[in-house]
Amino acid sequence: MTFSWTYFIGLFPQLIKYIPLSLFMAVVAMLIAVIVGGLLTLVQLYAAKPFQLLVKLYVSFFRGVPTLVLLFIVYYGLPEISPTFKGISALTAAIAGLGVKQSAYLIEIFRAGITSVDEGQIEAGETLNFSFTRIFLSIILPQAALNALPATGNTFVSLLKETSLAFTLGVTEIFADGKLLASASLRFFEVYVAVGLIYWVMIIIYTWAQKYVEDLLSKPYRRVVANVVDSDQQSSSAI
Amino acid sequence: MSLIQISNLAVQFSQHKVLKNIDLTFEEGSVTAIVGPSGSGKTTLLRTLNLLQSPSEGTVTVAGITVDAKHISKADVHKIRSQSTMVFQQFNLFKNLTALENVMSPLIYNKLAGFDEAKAIALKVLSDFGLESIADQYPVTLSGGQSQRVSIARAIVAKPKVVLFDEPTSALDPEMVSDVLTTIAQLAQQHITMVIVTHEIEFARQIANNAIFVENGEVIAQGPANKILSTKGTGRIADFVNSLENRVISTPQQTNTSEVVTPRFRLLQSGAN
Ligand SMILES: Nc1ncnc2c1ncn2[C@@H]1O[C@H](COP(=O)(O)OP(=O)(O)OP(=O)(O)O)[C@@H](O)[C@H]1O
Ligand SMILES: [Mg+2]
Repeated sequence: MTFSWTYFIGLFPQLIKYIPLSLFMAVVAMLIAVIVGGLLTLVQLYAAKPFQLLVKLYVSFFRGVPTLVLLFIVYYGLPEISPTFKGISALTAAIAGLGVKQSAYLIEIFRAGITSVDEGQIEAGETLNFSFTRIFLSIILPQAALNALPATGNTFVSLLKETSLAFTLGVTEIFADGKLLASASLRFFEVYVAVGLIYWVMIIIYTWAQKYVEDLLSKPYRRVVANVVDSDQQSSSAI
Repeated sequence: MSLIQISNLAVQFSQHKVLKNIDLTFEEGSVTAIVGPSGSGKTTLLRTLNLLQSPSEGTVTVAGITVDAKHISKADVHKIRSQSTMVFQQFNLFKNLTALENVMSPLIYNKLAGFDEAKAIALKVLSDFGLESIADQYPVTLSGGQSQRVSIARAIVAKPKVVLFDEPTSALDPEMVSDVLTTIAQLAQQHITMVIVTHEIEFARQIANNAIFVENGEVIAQGPANKILSTKGTGRIADFVNSLENRVISTPQQTNTSEVVTPRFRLLQSGAN
């Protein structure tokens, strides 16, 4: 069988219909992860020792368990032990599982973002008699968020790719749809290359957007480059 | 009663006593220079006055509020800080705020003024310091001298009774030093009580009423600045003062062959002529 360009190109209108679902899973899982991860970061940094240890355990567990196993625990396992989870949809289970796992990674990133804020910034707030909440919200958090943004954004890339695992729970997303198409046409190569390309393009666009936002937010923290370049040129032309 | 009193103060880090048996008083409106060798405990003493460092023994009283090492009350610490502010060697301007926002922050975050009023007050202080043109710049774009003057503006904007300076010019390039010293000299004339840790001995002699010499965590001498900081005497203190004097003369901008010695700061003598 040779590579069929017509078949290959014809796949895209069908496959891109599932982009919104994959993005939806990734974005909602990310929101859950940011909220849960953010709160647990505060616990790990500022709460009593036993609570800090619990968060450590949480991070260690969810980083250690393969995502696929975690999704199976949520979807097939939890309903067995608790009626609350009976009838949980595959989509909800996938989002919850991915979100929880993602939060474990974010806790590490958020913590590093907060602890890398210069101690002097906090002392300045203290000597000016700000409350700790005020120092945290107005000084630490904005600087920590900027510190943490690149690493946080990078984990979103992995998350978006991992949404393809939702097919194992029976969620029909891009990958699952590709599988169906491939087994009907038996043109596996064309289908999976097309699926791969779609993820790739989504991630290129996302990476570009992230870079744009980072540049925008870090503006206050950068010296004006143009002046430096100017004076360099002047000094070199003077020589 | 004196504005600041320290009695029987000690500060300990793990086993090591960094300050011991300190008894000091500072009068309202006075300017006090603290000098001493590196590692003698000057910064620690200043930080303790603002409770950025907790004492391990003794008491600190500022404007009638006493904090005792045995039971440090958070509320009292806040009361003391509402009267006294520290200016740091490394400026510590809030990186996420503009110069103007930095100066507005004590008014707004402590609910001492609304936004418009705070902005007007902050702009006034910045323009008194000749800094209105950089009001909207972020700290990273400011020179060291500008940064330190913005941080001084931020420290005084809420009109504290006491301002504590920890080597305010030692992180600066030599050519920036005089601007900052001039700004501090300006404040000395406004009846603000100031305590300044500094190696700028000539400056200290001119603006300080009193001087304290600290060595190995203890106050070795205290008294009128012109007496303590005199180069004439003999003994350790005079040796130390002389060593600082020599250090100043050998700063880079004065080692060139030009004979002109630029004054390190300008005292603004408003109404004196
Ligand atoms: N947080 C800390 N933990 C442990 N030791 C400390 C701490 N801060 C200061 N010290 C020690 O206390 C002593 C006094 O330090 P301090 O910074 O007060 O000295 P200094 O007189 O300000 O020195 P310099 O002129 O170099 O600034 C030093 O021996 C220092 O190592
Ligand atoms: Mg010091």
